[in-house]
Amino acid sequence: MRIVVCIKQVPDTTNVRINPKTNTLMREGVESIVNPFDEYALEEALRLKDEAGAHVTVVSMGPPQAMAVLREALARGADDAFLVSSRAFGGADTLATSYTLAMAIKKACDGKTPDLVLFGKQAIDGDTAQVGPGVSEFLGVPLVTYVKQISLKDGNGNFVVTTVMDDGEHVIEGNFPAVMTVLKEASTPRFAPLSGAMRAAKAEISVLDEKAISADPIRIGLKGSPTKVVTIFPPPVKGGGEKVDARGDAAAGAKAIAKFLAEKGLVK
Amino acid sequence: MADAPVFIDPAKCKGCAKCVKGCGFGALKMVDAPGANKAGKLAEVDPAACKACSACIKACPFKAISEVKQEIYGTAGIENYRNIWVFAEQSHGKVAEVAFELLAKALELKAQRGDGAQVAAVLLGHGLTPEIEQSLIAAGADVVYKVDDPALEDYEANVYVDAVSQLVEKHKPEIILAGATAVGRAFFARVAVKVRTGLTADCTMLKVEETKNKDTGAMQMLLHQTRPAFGGNIMATIMTPNHRPQMATVRPKVFKKAPHDPSRKGQVLLEALKLIAPQTKLLKTVRDPDAIDIAAHDILISGGRGLKSADNFKLLFRLAELLGGEVSCSRACVDAGWAPVSRQVGQTGKTVAPKLYLCFGISGAIQHLEGIRGADTIIAVNSDPNAPIFGVADLGIVGDLFEILPALVKELEK
Repeated sequence: MRIVVCIKQVPDTTNVRINPKTNTLMREGVESIVNPFDEYALEEALRLKDEAGAHVTVVSMGPPQAMAVLREALARGADDAFLVSSRAFGGADTLATSYTLAMAIKKACDGKTPDLVLFGKQAIDGDTAQVGPGVSEFLGVPLVTYVKQISLKDGNGNFVVTTVMDDGEHVIEGNFPAVMTVLKEASTPRFAPLSGAMRAAKAEISVLDEKAISADPIRIGLKGSPTKVVTIFPPPVKGGGEKVDARGDAAAGAKAIAKFLAEKGLVK
Repeated sequence: MADAPVFIDPAKCKGCAKCVKGCGFGALKMVDAPGANKAGKLAEVDPAACKACSACIKACPFKAISEVKQEIYGTAGIENYRNIWVFAEQSHGKVAEVAFELLAKALELKAQRGDGAQVAAVLLGHGLTPEIEQSLIAAGADVVYKVDDPALEDYEANVYVDAVSQLVEKHKPEIILAGATAVGRAFFARVAVKVRTGLTADCTMLKVEETKNKDTGAMQMLLHQTRPAFGGNIMATIMTPNHRPQMATVRPKVFKKAPHDPSRKGQVLLEALKLIAPQTKLLKTVRDPDAIDIAAHDILISGGRGLKSADNFKLLFRLAELLGGEVSCSRACVDAGWAPVSRQVGQTGKTVAPKLYLCFGISGAIQHLEGIRGADTIIAVNSDPNAPIFGVADLGIVGDLFEILPALVKELEK
C-alpha cells in the first residue's frame, strides 16, 4: 500500500506579520511547528504501515525551512519525503495549494495515484479545512472527512472508517484510493526513535518546484488564487459594560447578578 | 474590453478569409487593410464572440493566428453568473438551522445588490416533503432547486459534490453560501475546486458592494467576505474578483435568522440530475445519547480554568437548573478533562449565540471571545480585574467565584 501524508509547517505563535504590499502572510522569521492535526494523520499512516505494511511518503508545501517537519516525519518512520517549494508558489490560496499539492503527489508517486492520501483535519493558521477536499478533486479520488479511526478490511483494498459528524459518529465503508482528513481523536503521535533521527538527518529530501511537478504557471501562487485578501484589520473591540468589584463582598456580587437577570427578564 | 483569446499577426495574415469560414461562432471578419498584403484585407476577431475553440488557428494556412495566454486567471463569461444561492443542508427531513440564518443573510445581500437577483435554496435529499420547501420559501428563497434521489438519502460527500457542481454549471449562481458544519465544510470545499473558484471559510461578515477590480479596473458588485484568521487575532476581508461563483461558508449562529413569512411565494424546481454512484457506504450512525447541543440553548452557564476541578462543575449545573439553561465551558476545561468537547465554546469548539452567557473563571482568550460574539448578554465573574472577558461583558463581577457562585444560587433559590 502506498500512503501519502501531507503535512504543513505552521507558525507556533499568533504574532504573525503581514506583508503590506501583497497582503499575504510573511512566514520568514516566525518560529514554526508541525501543524498539530497533521501529526495525527502521520501517526495513522505509520500505524497502518506497522499493521499491514505500507510505503509512507510525506509531502510538505512551504519555504525551505519546512524541511524540518519532513525530517521529523522521516525520523518517526516515513519512508521518503518531498518538499514542494518555490517562490512561484507564494501567496497560494486553497485552490492553488490544492492544485500544487495534487501535482506534487502525482510526481512523488511516479505518476500513479497512491492508495491513501491523509491530511490533518485543518491547519491551525488558516483553519479552512479546504485543502484535503481540494486535493481529492484534483486527484479524482473519493473524499472522507473528519476520520477518527481507520481499519483495513479483509486485506483486499477496502476500508472501514469512523467519522465524527454533527449528528453522531458515522461508520463508513469504501475502497481505496481515497483522500481522508484525520481528527486528533485518531491516535497519539509517537516519538521518533534515536535510530530514526539519525537516519532522517542523513536522508535526501527532494525539492519539487513548479517545473518538477509540471504545473501550469497560471494556476499556482498568488496569480493562480481566485481569492484575494483585500484588507487585514484587528478584530473589533466591544466596550465592557458595568463592572462591580465584589472582592471581599461576594453577596454584593451575587445580588448585582440577580438584579441584572431580573431586569433583563432572564429569571425563571 | 477584454483581450481576445487569439492573436492575429498582421505580418503573416494574407487576407484569405479561411479563418472566417473556420469559425463556428462568427467571431472573425475581414476588414479592409490596403497594403497589408496582396488581398488588402486583414482578419479581425471579436473578443466577445470568440470562444477560444482554436478552430481558426487550425484553419489558417499561414500560422498567422496564435492563442493568447490569458493574463488574468478567471472564470469565462462571469457576467452570465447571477443570483444568490444558499445550500439548505438537511438530514432526514430536518433542515439545519444555519440554512435559515444564511437565507436571512442572502436577503440582505439581495437588497444590497438591488438588481433583482434572486435568492435560491439548494435542497438535496430523498423523499423530500413540500413542508421543507415551503419552510425555505418562507425564510426567503425565491427559488428552491430540489434534487430528490435515492443516492442522496444519506450524506455522501462525493455525491453531494456532484449534485451541487452540476447545478452550479447549469444555472451559474454568482454567490453560494453554505453552513460551516461537518457536512458543509467538507463537500463544499471540493465543489469550489471542481468548479474552479475560490471559497472563504468561516466568514463572520458578508456584504455586497460595488468594488473596483484591481486586475481589470472595472467596477463590480463583489462579495466582501470577512473572516478571523490566526485564532481571531487578525480579521481579513477576502474577495473573489475574477472567478464565479463567489463561495463562502459561515459557522452556525454567526448570523441571525429572520422571522418566517408563510405568505411568501416561491418556485420549486425539481432537478433531475444524473448523479454518480455513492463512493462510500454509510454502515451505521452512532449517536451519543448524552450528546448535548450547547448552541441550541438560550441560556448558557459557562466555566473556565478558574473552576479548578471537574467536581466544581456541580455548582454550574445547579445554577443552570435554576435559570433553565445548559452548562458549557472553555477549552482549558476540555484539555484538563473536566468536561467533554461537546460543551466547549470557542473557535475550536462551538460558536454560540445565547440570550445569556453567564461565565465563571473564564479569562476570555480571543478564541473564546470569537465563539460568544453573538451572545445578547454576557455576565462574567473573574478574580482578575484585567481579564479580557470584562472587555465584552455587559456586567462584570470581580471576585472569587467560589464565594459568588453559591451566593448567587442562594439568591436565586429565594
